[in-house]
This record gives sequence, C-alpha cells and structure tokens, in this order.
Amino acid sequence: MFSVNTVIHQPGHFAKEQLDDSVDYKWPEGGLQNIPDWVYTSPAIYQREIERIFHGPTWNFVALEAEIPNPGDFKRSFVGPTPVVVARDIDGSVHVFENRCAHRGAEFCRSQRGNTKEFVCPYHQWSYDLKGNLQGVPFKRGIKGEGGGMPKDFRNEEHGLLKLNVTTLHGVVFASFSRELEPIEEYLGPEILKDFEVVFKGRKLKILGYYRNELPGNWKLYHENLKDPYHATLLHSFLVTFGLMVAGSKNGMIADAKGRHGTLASAKPENVAEAVDKVKGEMRAYREDFKLADGRFLQYVREFDSPWSVTMQTIWPNLIVQRELNTLGIRHIVPNGPHSMIMLWTMFGYETDDEEMVRHRLRQGNLMGPAGFLGLEDNEAIKFVQEGVRRSSSDKGVVKLGGDKLGSTNSVIDEAAIRGMYAYYRQELGL
Amino acid sequence: MYPGYDMAPPDARNTRELRLEIEEFHTAYCWTLDCGELEHWPEYFTDDAVYRITARENADAGLPVGLVYADSKAMIRDRAFALKHTQMYAPRTLQHFVTNVRVLQAKGDTIKAQSNYLLLQTLVDGPTTLQQSGRYYDSFVRLEGSLKLKERQCIYDTVLIANDLVLPV
Repeated sequence: MFSVNTVIHQPGHFAKEQLDDSVDYKWPEGGLQNIPDWVYTSPAIYQREIERIFHGPTWNFVALEAEIPNPGDFKRSFVGPTPVVVARDIDGSVHVFENRCAHRGAEFCRSQRGNTKEFVCPYHQWSYDLKGNLQGVPFKRGIKGEGGGMPKDFRNEEHGLLKLNVTTLHGVVFASFSRELEPIEEYLGPEILKDFEVVFKGRKLKILGYYRNELPGNWKLYHENLKDPYHATLLHSFLVTFGLMVAGSKNGMIADAKGRHGTLASAKPENVAEAVDKVKGEMRAYREDFKLADGRFLQYVREFDSPWSVTMQTIWPNLIVQRELNTLGIRHIVPNGPHSMIMLWTMFGYETDDEEMVRHRLRQGNLMGPAGFLGLEDNEAIKFVQEGVRRSSSDKGVVKLGGDKLGSTNSVIDEAAIRGMYAYYRQELGL
Repeated sequence: MYPGYDMAPPDARNTRELRLEIEEFHTAYCWTLDCGELEHWPEYFTDDAVYRITARENADAGLPVGLVYADSKAMIRDRAFALKHTQMYAPRTLQHFVTNVRVLQAKGDTIKAQSNYLLLQTLVDGPTTLQQSGRYYDSFVRLEGSLKLKERQCIYDTVLIANDLVLPV
C-alpha cells in the first residue's frame, strides 16, 4: 500500500495505533464537542466498525444498475472491506454474493466487470449461477472403480456462495449482510431521499467513467469532510473565488433524523461578486486576480428542479452522491484498515444528454476526483489529519462550532452534522 | 492501442528524424513540468488542444471521463494557474521519464506517436514513489516550425492512484 511508503513510519508504530480490546474506550469529557483520536487509529475500534456497521444493519452501496444493464452483466464490488460480486441474472434480477468460493475460499471473480453465463472458480472449477447457487462440482461422485468424490449427503444447495440482502432504489443497488433492516426509503429518511431523487428518480444514467484512489485516512474522515461546510468555504479556492459556495449565501447542512446521513447543499448566489465581497476578508484562499481563461468550465446548466446548485450527500456508511453544478457521480468508500480507505468513483450523466452536455460534464469533472480542484484538496487535507492524529501526543479534536446543536443547520460555520454523526456512531458502537 | 493511433509509418529515415524531434519535445516538456514552470506548460499545446489523463479501464471501455480533461489551451492555462497559485497540497517534486517513442503516422501536418511514461514523486517526508505509469498517445502539428500538441491522451496503468494526482503528466 502506498501509505506505507509515503509517510515516515509505517502504520502501526505509534501507541495510538496499537490500542486493543483491553482499552477502556471512554469518550472524552465535553461530550460531542470533542472527538477522541482513537476513533481514527485503533485497530480494535476498526474491527468493531466492520462488524457492527459495514456487516451490520446498514444498506451499503454496491453498484449502479447502469453498470450492469444486461442479463449476465457483473461487477466486482465491496461491502465494507469485503469483496462481493454484483450480477444481473437472466430474469433481470440483481444479486450480490461474496467473492469467495464456497469450497476453499478463493476470490474467484478477477475481472472488474463483464458478462458471463456462470462463475467458475479457477482453482477446482466449482461453478455458480448468476444468483450465486452452486451448480457443478467436478468429479462430484469420484471416479468409477476408484471411489473418492463428495459424501452421499452433499447437497449443492447447501454450498452456494454467501448471498447478501439486496435492494435497489431508482437505479442504485444496495446490499447488506443483515436480513433484518428497514426498506431503503425508510433507511434514507425523507430529508435525504428528496435530494437523492433529484439525481436518480426517473433518469437513465450514462456512465462516463471511473477513478480509483487510495486515500491514507480513516474512512469516517470522508463523511466528516462532507458534513463540514466550514471547510468548504475556506479550503477550496475554487468555491470561494467563483462563488460556488460562499459563507453567508444560501447554504444548508441537512441531516436525517438519526444523524448518520447528510446533504451539504448550496445555491450559487445570483450576484457572485456581491456575495463574495461580503466575506472575502475571512478567506485566505480568495484570489482577486484569479479569472478563468475558459469560462465554460463553471457554467451552470439548470437541469434540476431543486433550489440547490450543489448537493453532496453522505449516505451511511459507504456512499457519497455528488451533484456539483452539472458534474455528477458517486463515490464508494471501501475501508482499508484504520489508516486508509479506497475510493471508487463512478462519474455519470444521463442518457438524454446531447454531445455538448456530455462535454460540459467532462469539463466540469475537473472539479472532482483525485486530480480535481476540490477533490485533490480534500484528499490532501484528510491525509494531513490522519498523519496528525496517528503521530501526535495530544489525543482529541475539537468540534465546537455551533455549540451543542446536533444535525441540520442553515449556517456553514457549524459542526452540528459531525456531532450528530458521532452521536449515532457512539450508540452503534456502544461507546 | 488507442482509437485513431494505428501504425502506418512513413519511410524509415523520415521516421528516425521525427522520432528524434519528438524525443526533444518530450525532454523540453518534462523539463518544464519537473522545474515547476507550470506557467509555460500550456505553450506546448495548440489553442484547440485536447488533453486528457485517464485510466486504462476507461480507455479500453471507450469511456470519455478524464481525471484531467481539457478541450482548449485556455483550460490548460487555468489548471496551470490554479496549481501554481491557488491549490492546497503538500510540497513535492516530480521527475518524468518518457521512453519507447514510436512514430505511428505522419500524414500532411499531423504526426501521431505513442510513448511510455513514468512519473516519480517525492514528498518532503517520504521516499520517492512511482506515482503513475502510462502511455502517451500524441497528435502533433507543426506551428511556425515547432511541434505542438493538438491532442495528448495520457492513459495510465496505475489502477489505484496514490491519494491524488496533483501535477500533470
């Protein structure tokens, strides 16, 4: 992993990275206004997260239906850190199962995506149908006269792949290891469903392509970053200078009732210059002399029935839905140990886009992704946080903006949504 | 293989001359980037240039997305300015290595070539790492005697980007 190479000290060398189950994980005094470093560094806490969150009663994003439109289409994916396969059966239904042969455990599916009639494990050629049922075991009855083979009571139906619970909503596929959980609409809640539907409901997606990166930071930092409107108006010179998100303009941080999901929303001000003028004194990233040589890049085509020009949704525990002007995409977070996450980005437009609209989305895509003007700054900042919490002697962060309030806010100078997420998180993890 | 970049080379002697000229172009281009002289980076392109960095999986599937996507020299200039003056990222140095130059076509004003590239990155507090391994598919035109890029497709093999790609290839 590159994170081992690009920072001094391999992960695991600091005391905060070696905390095990014998530690009494006690949240610091001051309640939710502080976040203890061990939520980002402890291997024991990370294991508890996998068990209770990613493998627990949550709906995890696994695919867009547009990626697997035809019978036999499949895609490799992940639920938490666990590799799964998403496949569309001949009957059109979508199935998700572990990418682990029921025989000896080989991760049998090696292609990112494709089309197939069946899955065959390359090791001993056990074969499975598109629903994950075991179909064939070579030499199941042994060799005539020599014996061998499976015991008489061996039943194929008892040795299929581990199947996950699957649901789809407006072309987005979610899966869960849990059988007992609410329908996806209820899971999202009305506050989140509303802006989710703006992007997906009644629209056929056209996949524009993929980015993949490793981000050397704890997976929760990505959720926090998008529940933190404060940073958006300070870190990102593009948002500030070109008025995409300006403190004091119409912005919102919307959380669901449980505090686990969020929508960071903003409306581009009608008069950008005036809006920026009011607050630019506070913003070091503002550059008076920064003018775009090619203004097409930041044009906003009003294509949605929504008061917001930007909505960044964090859907617990592993999905980000990005609608930043006209650049659309999802980010799939794959936790990769306490100090690292893999980010899988799928950028898309709509089937109704004409050639110019596709180009417009591609141009605007320069804002996001691992080389995007906003994306790379977020990745750098999150990496800095992980290095700070791993290697320092102090042991907690401060989230006091907005006092004790939890969840939704109208002000961007507020950390209520981060506190709300940790209120929920503490419950789930018993902290 | 990238669509439009099939092999139809001119005669061997002409190919050698063109290859030398393209190698000199790469050396100058990399020198500009490795010195951090981003303000001069756009000068290697025509006004209507297309510049894209994308993963091989996108190129193979014919998907148009770019990690970086520009369809004008003005967009390249905007990126150069932003990287130099407004973007926040940890300090780093880069070395580009370009090899295996193959002249593919030389028809009229347009010369098409492919080359392999490696991008090494060094952060202030870590060892030098291989940031990207990829291939350029270039279309050159000759303006006032010197080669300019009308198209540069940077197709990288490095599936998982190490955090981010800040500076161009």
